[in-house]
Amino acid sequence: MNPLQFLTDAHVAIVAGKGGVGKTTVTAVLARAAADQGLRVLVVELDGKPTLASLVGAGVQCLALTPPAALAEYLQTHGLGRVAKRLATSGVIEVVATAAPGIDDIVVLGKIKQVEQSRSYDLILVDGPAAGHAITFLMAPANLLKLVRGGPIRSQAAEVAEMLADPARSQVILVTLPETTPVNEAIETAHSLNDDAGLRLGPIVVNAFDEGEDLQVDLAPADSALRAAAEFRNARRELHRHETQRLTATLQLPQVRLPLLASSVLDVASVAELAARLRVQS
Amino acid sequence: MMSAADVVVCCGSGGVGKTTTAAALGLQAARDGRRCVVVTIDPAKRLADALGVPGGLTNDPIRLPIDSPGELWALMLDTATTFDGLVTANAADPDQATRILTNGFYRNIAGSLGGTQEYMAAERLLALHLDDRFDLVIVDTPPTRNALDFLDAPRTLARFIDHPVFKLMMMPTRRGLRVLSIAAQPLLRSIGRVIGTEVLADAVAFFQAFDGMQTGFRNRADEVIDLLHGDTTSFVLVASPRVDTIEEARFFARRLTEKDLGVAAIIVNRATPDFGKPDGRRPRTAAKVALFDNQAELHTRAVAEHQYVAPLVADTKRQPTWVPLLPGDVHDLDVLDQIRALLFTGSAPADASQ
Repeated sequence: MNPLQFLTDAHVAIVAGKGGVGKTTVTAVLARAAADQGLRVLVVELDGKPTLASLVGAGVQCLALTPPAALAEYLQTHGLGRVAKRLATSGVIEVVATAAPGIDDIVVLGKIKQVEQSRSYDLILVDGPAAGHAITFLMAPANLLKLVRGGPIRSQAAEVAEMLADPARSQVILVTLPETTPVNEAIETAHSLNDDAGLRLGPIVVNAFDEGEDLQVDLAPADSALRAAAEFRNARRELHRHETQRLTATLQLPQVRLPLLASSVLDVASVAELAARLRVQS
Repeated sequence: MMSAADVVVCCGSGGVGKTTTAAALGLQAARDGRRCVVVTIDPAKRLADALGVPGGLTNDPIRLPIDSPGELWALMLDTATTFDGLVTANAADPDQATRILTNGFYRNIAGSLGGTQEYMAAERLLALHLDDRFDLVIVDTPPTRNALDFLDAPRTLARFIDHPVFKLMMMPTRRGLRVLSIAAQPLLRSIGRVIGTEVLADAVAFFQAFDGMQTGFRNRADEVIDLLHGDTTSFVLVASPRVDTIEEARFFARRLTEKDLGVAAIIVNRATPDFGKPDGRRPRTAAKVALFDNQAELHTRAVAEHQYVAPLVADTKRQPTWVPLLPGDVHDLDVLDQIRALLFTGSAPADASQ
């Protein structure tokens, strides 16, 4: 069986996690691994900082989406071009987005849905919104459906909600670090996405996992720096093992671990290295 | 820095340990005899446990059970409740307050308008600063890239109120024929076609209900801005020694400098501890090689981390305080006190080194 089967479980995979856990790294690594398997891959960036293009290497397409651009395009393609122009020139996008919260998320998701339906890609990987907004982002269509009873945005929200609810079309890949607080947050996010929002969860990715055997502390002289360094490293590894086990026990999701690399500088080479080492733990 | 300040603002990107730092600073302040309150934005439940608040933090300050000459209080900001309080305080009468608080559009703003969380954090800061129970307020900023919108946030709503669309919506309605007045405005009609007329009608009702409160809101915003720009407010940059978070920290530092606010201190959390270069030559047996290589690897990491931080030091002309990565998590007051000691004396207390 292909150990990276999960990459083809759904056409759209949204990579989500709190700030600082390495969402962009994971998106790049998954894209690289999928492209190496011969899949046609598109990565989508949402935060306006196009960093993925310089990380994923050859054979992966990149698309940067921003809410204003997605809204303008949406209005254009729905015969509301004049509205689009007027909204743009009067700067009322902010007011519109406030009047119907989540409208910016919905047009962005709508664009992703449009690309998905074009069948141009085997896998669309979305580097999810920064800092804890993943739940708001993914629940925006369902929330808007409760609030708005008519109009084109409602139908757009309905179509996006349908895509998100269909496990063959989309899944969420959560990213975390093997430390107590990030693991707690991942568990909470997984529960809200699965139980409250009804989204399919793919494997959970544990980033910067310090793998390796415990060091034999006894071989180092007492009170030496050698010994202190070994004790520190063993304690860190013990924490990482403990937290990943707790994650498995609580969520019962398959896990993908990305090893801690010697350098924190991310580049094409380190992404390719991590992609080549990608395995799902059972 | 701490002794001269009435307000300390901790800035930094997500995941760098801002909340823990704010709590550790508060612990020191209480030891120094200050009556300190820490405002957290999104604390993990474990931090509430660490602070000895098993039921979790609330929107009202809770005094923490610590043994010190001063006091340490903590609260978790509830944006919507704070906003409701501001509306109630500024409303001409209870009826106006009720009309706003029950309006669907208002509920959306209170929960999701960009910058609302930052604005309410700033508002809360002012309220606590004016509260006689406290002489030091330490505030954690929201974990967004635009966390320093915090500084402009009080103006966000003012900007919103002054928006041309608002003025359009404030056009006198003809005997409450709200929907008709929407239909009469081409721009509003266009917006209505996109988002649906009910939502728009709610928005119009909100702006009409809000009429008369603009001045109160603007004055309050100005007070907050004055406090943030005053001499008694200090900004602390919190970062971790990684290329991306240092870039964010430099961005924060530039924005603070642009506003003539300056950086009072830099704290670099989660640093790899440096045990120095391993002594002697690389041994031959596998197990000993592993020990040697481990110390060498940690040393290489630590050196690299200083290089990542160097541009921030050059930009700000401030030497950071380094807090090493701990073997475990911050799960009780002893570990928090260990971090406090690392911050203020550069070493952990002997009894908490386990």
